[in-house]
Amino acid sequence: MVLCLVDDDPVSLEALTFARRFGEVDALVFGDVDVGGYVSRARRIVHERLDEYAPLAWAQAIVELEPELVVAPGTDRGHEVLAHVAARLGAALAANVVEAAIEGDVLNLTRQRWGGSLLEEARLRGSPKLLSVAPHVVEAEPAGLETTVEDFTPALGDEHFRVRVARREEPEAGTVRLDTARVVVGGGRGVGSKEGFDVLEELANLLGGAVGGSRVVTNLGWRPHSDQVGQTGARIAPDLYIACGVSGAIQHIVGCKGAKRILVINKDRNAPIVARADWAVIGDLHEIVPAIVAELRSNGS
Amino acid sequence: MNVLVCVKRVPETGARITLTSDAQAIDTTLLGFTISPHEECAVEEALRIVEQHGGSTTVLTLGPAAAIEQLQNAMAMGIGEAVLLETDGSDWNAESTAAAIADAVRTRACDLLLFGNEAADTGDYQVGVRVAHALGLPCTTGIKGISIAGGTLTARREAGGGWEIFELPLPAVVSVKEGINLPRYASIQGRLRAKKATIERIAPEPLASALETVRLAVPPEQETHVEILRSGAEAARVLRDLGLV
Ligand SMILES: Cc1cc2nc3c(=O)[nH]c(=O)nc-3n(C[C@H](O)[C@H](O)[C@H](O)COP(=O)(O)OP(=O)(O)OC[C@H]3O[C@@H](n4cnc5c(N)ncnc54)[C@H](O)[C@@H]3O)c2cc1C
Ligand SMILES: Nc1ncnc2c1ncn2[C@@H]1O[C@H](COP(=O)(O)O)[C@@H](O)[C@H]1O
Repeated sequence: MVLCLVDDDPVSLEALTFARRFGEVDALVFGDVDVGGYVSRARRIVHERLDEYAPLAWAQAIVELEPELVVAPGTDRGHEVLAHVAARLGAALAANVVEAAIEGDVLNLTRQRWGGSLLEEARLRGSPKLLSVAPHVVEAEPAGLETTVEDFTPALGDEHFRVRVARREEPEAGTVRLDTARVVVGGGRGVGSKEGFDVLEELANLLGGAVGGSRVVTNLGWRPHSDQVGQTGARIAPDLYIACGVSGAIQHIVGCKGAKRILVINKDRNAPIVARADWAVIGDLHEIVPAIVAELRSNGS
Repeated sequence: MNVLVCVKRVPETGARITLTSDAQAIDTTLLGFTISPHEECAVEEALRIVEQHGGSTTVLTLGPAAAIEQLQNAMAMGIGEAVLLETDGSDWNAESTAAAIADAVRTRACDLLLFGNEAADTGDYQVGVRVAHALGLPCTTGIKGISIAGGTLTARREAGGGWEIFELPLPAVVSVKEGINLPRYASIQGRLRAKKATIERIAPEPLASALETVRLAVPPEQETHVEILRSGAEAARVLRDLGLV
């Protein structure tokens, strides 16, 4: 059986789409997620004690089904749950896979290293085979399948609830999530100061987007780390990424290459990010960004 | 509180990664070495926890003798003791690394083991969890906030724009992410002290893994055709054309 872990993170549907290359896939669904059309069978986890994320319990549900292959989204939870399954079963785990094909009892795969700056071709043997799918390498696409949903109640004991979410802090109302935003306005060292981000905020607000930044701006304390885009920050996949005063170091690019389009504002025509852009304005962002805002406002939007 | 933090020596890659001719490794002839930003934060967090609660700090790495440089850098920041699990410098898989770390810490009285969320090079996302299982300890990953009170560790993880909060009994294993703190710089005195400190050395044995590297590859450059716009107003027009306003 090929199992794919699905939770409320949208990257799950990308993983599900990826997993279909292995044939029939069973979705193992935690929480209230609609996988209609993606697979023919979904197992919805129902358990009276499983009202919150509990990694060992999720891992137990997977182990109990004795799959040969497990696919999970390359998210915090996906990686954590697979690592628990791997450790319990003594199985190998390939993280952030971008390509994979079965050949006999071997899984030939390509995975991201260095946050995606480097690829590794590898062979995965043994059973079960465990892999996470790198975020934003495949687009989530339903396959027009008739999906039957069954309830599945794993056998869980106290030991599976040793670690669980004790409570949550919800995001402030009205905040746009960086990882799912349609537009991201990103700032780098070129923004110059904490206050320099005010006008980027304004532009993001006008576009219904989120503000992001490079590691330089989070390290300087101009933005919280939660705004960081890149290898050690968020992987974003907006329709448009507007990069202002960001040079485009490889560790930043790996975080924003899921963007469908990139508009760059940079005073250096030769900054690496310009080579990745669809549009670029070459000049001082302190003049250009306010000009964009003014123009958008002036036409009554 | 006795806190042990695991770090990994990795090349300090620049703008473009160059591979060796057999495509089995990064060509490091011109590169310096460092540890992942997550691990720098793990070192800082260990120091802060012990400054607040008292106790000892230890840094551990599995790698070649040259990885003493990374141990000394952590000691220069203030870490008290260091352990080197010495290898011949070949790549160790996650299973072997975790087994060797677990064996080395089993006999030490640790209240908290800190890891990076993922190593900068392999990005395997698993060594910490494997160590936790080998030692029978509770663990949590991707953590950006730790507080400790009365034998319980509270850990915060970003989730969906908000936070999910875990409570773990100590001893425990926690993998942290950059952003949990801003690491301090080493002092001159710290550097001098680190140079003289003794480092415990252990020689572990690797295990086979079911995941075998065939070769590495640099991903193809995805250069786009860039249209140069002359002004902010033109950029605004593009945003309109995209239907964003
Ligand atoms: C293991 C590792 C992980 C990393 N992870 C990340 C990560 O997650 N995210 C990340 O971003 N980085 C990451 N980095 C750091 C990365 O290598 C770069 O140092 C960083 O991205 C550079 O940030 P920057 O573009 O803001 O600054 P710089 O590289 O200094 O670029 C500033 C840019 O602003 C332009 N500029 C300056 N003034 C103006 C102006 N007035 N108007 C217009 N343009 C202007 C300049 O031309 C330049 O292109 C990581 C590094 C390592 C080693
Ligand atoms: N060779 C190593 N020596 C010490 N710690 C390591 C080593 N490899 C991995 N780790 C630790 O485990 C974390 C996760 O690594 P990984 O599972 O390989 O992505 C790293 O951030 C380190 O804290």
